[in-house]
Amino acid sequence: MIEQLVIYPLVIQMLLAIVLMFFWSRIKWQRVISIIGSVVNLGMAVWLFVLVWQNGTQSIQSGNWEAPFGITFVADTFAATLVLLTAIAGLAVSSFSAGSVISARLKFGFFPIYHFLLLGLNGAFLTGDIFNLYVWFEIIIITSFVLLTIGGEKAQLEGAVKYFTLNILASIIFLTAIAVLYGLTGSLNMADLASKVAAVENRTLVQVNALLFLVGFGIKSALFPLYFWLPASYHTPPSAVSAIFGGLLTKVGVYALIRVFTLIFEVDPFLENVLLAVAVLTLFSGAVGAIVQNNIRKIFSYLVICHIGYMIAGLGMMTEVAITGAIFYLIHDIMVKTNLFMVSGVIYKIKANHNIKKLGDLYAEYPKLSLLFAVPLFSLVGVPPLSGFWPKLSLISEGWNTENFTVIAAILFASFITLVVIVKLWGEVFWKTGEKLPEVRNFPYFNKLSRVKRTQMLAPIIFLTLVTLYLGFGAGNIQNLAERIAFELMDNQEYINTVLRK
Amino acid sequence: MEILLAIMIGTLYAAGIYMILRRSLVKLIIGIILLGNGANLLIFLLGRIAKGAPPIIPEDSKVFLEAYSDPLPQALILTAIVISFGLQSFAIVLVKRAHKVVKTDDLDEMNATDEYS
Repeated sequence: MIEQLVIYPLVIQMLLAIVLMFFWSRIKWQRVISIIGSVVNLGMAVWLFVLVWQNGTQSIQSGNWEAPFGITFVADTFAATLVLLTAIAGLAVSSFSAGSVISARLKFGFFPIYHFLLLGLNGAFLTGDIFNLYVWFEIIIITSFVLLTIGGEKAQLEGAVKYFTLNILASIIFLTAIAVLYGLTGSLNMADLASKVAAVENRTLVQVNALLFLVGFGIKSALFPLYFWLPASYHTPPSAVSAIFGGLLTKVGVYALIRVFTLIFEVDPFLENVLLAVAVLTLFSGAVGAIVQNNIRKIFSYLVICHIGYMIAGLGMMTEVAITGAIFYLIHDIMVKTNLFMVSGVIYKIKANHNIKKLGDLYAEYPKLSLLFAVPLFSLVGVPPLSGFWPKLSLISEGWNTENFTVIAAILFASFITLVVIVKLWGEVFWKTGEKLPEVRNFPYFNKLSRVKRTQMLAPIIFLTLVTLYLGFGAGNIQNLAERIAFELMDNQEYINTVLRK
Repeated sequence: MEILLAIMIGTLYAAGIYMILRRSLVKLIIGIILLGNGANLLIFLLGRIAKGAPPIIPEDSKVFLEAYSDPLPQALILTAIVISFGLQSFAIVLVKRAHKVVKTDDLDEMNATDEYS
């Protein structure tokens, strides 16, 4: 009975999406149902997390088919943590969309699609079957296409064409990789694959297969030569959509990379070098991209790319401490990036502009809000007591121990550039005396919105800021959690035994 | 049979990648469709083809007596076909809309979102 809890996060999201479809044009109801449903989902995610934390990895076989044959859903600490983070970010963005997305967009089924996206995310985290992972990825991308294009503005459609092409290409490469893997081993269950891939004699083919997975997931997580779709599209949809994309979509790719390269494939020195080189270049190119941009959301998009590099660097070093750093960074990044895109949405609602050269005066006009916005901005930089600092500490110390000095240099460079970018942003948007912007007609300005809508927009930012503060000041607990996840990933026997019921 | 299929898969992949590299949006979609079909056939081929050996256990037995063809790849292909069908129909509508709004089907001219602003 208790093991069914593993799929409750999926069931709830699917039920929510279906119920919301019955309220297609009654958007007032949709807002209420979406927020309440997200709260329930958060409760479930917390329950699942506590269960996994106390009793270890849980798994359920769909249709009661025994392990290597049926589709398995597994909740180890890593998956449970990510489901919990998805629930937190999902609740925040749900409330933020209720406040900020205009009703014309909501009438085209924004909320049902949004919950299908969360369903896909939860599914990708919880599944223990590689083909099932592909299916969840497809659910994620098709819902994200709809969210990206809803509203149909010119920029959105142009961005969507690029986003669509590269993501569908990634799916095809992923499918090819699965085909080759199935041909090599005759299995799709990830726990079963772990032993079967190790037994394959043709190592070259295994290595090529691993590279196919790397490219497929690399496109999805926006790694160095494959990231061009991200800054072309993430600044085009409404801020609520950017928030969930920036916070979670690329992280699913990172999750899949970490899962595949710790469980199924062994990382040999060649792959290690590839991962480290890619990480260094991602850190470098994301940072350099961020520093020249003027559009707030484009700056954040490049920072999303840049900070993916930290996690890949952790994966590339492939020691327990490095993975701990990568996991901690992943947790921190999901919370902060979601929050920052919401912050950019509020700034847009206040000023009707995204260009930092034209913005200004925010600190003079809204001092309290500015202080609130400062927390996520500076924890992204990693000012010591805040959350971005701690994972970098593990990564740099482990880079020193494994003598990867280039990686350390890249991490420091990226942190420094992030600092420069955020300080520039702070100076331009908050402190500078801005020019007088012309009033846009029919624009829902922030101070003209109703009190309810303003609360719906600010409450999630306060909520995520509190979570970020906890990640920073309660870093000891998070470090414990990340260490346990890293231990489970490196020593995958518990995962395999739970799935195969040994 | 395997050789023929292998050649065909290679051709489909090659043609698909060539079409994706063209600048026209419609050719892009054709390329994606070809690549998808190539991937589906690849799963089919890698599931080992066996002619006239259905995976059915004889009535008087409890286990398979002979080698049988694997039914799983076909289930996988079916799933993949349905998914790619959905994606492709979305792609076609998207391209039509994009063409209507941006008034070009040349990818090189769709650079408004990449421009430095």
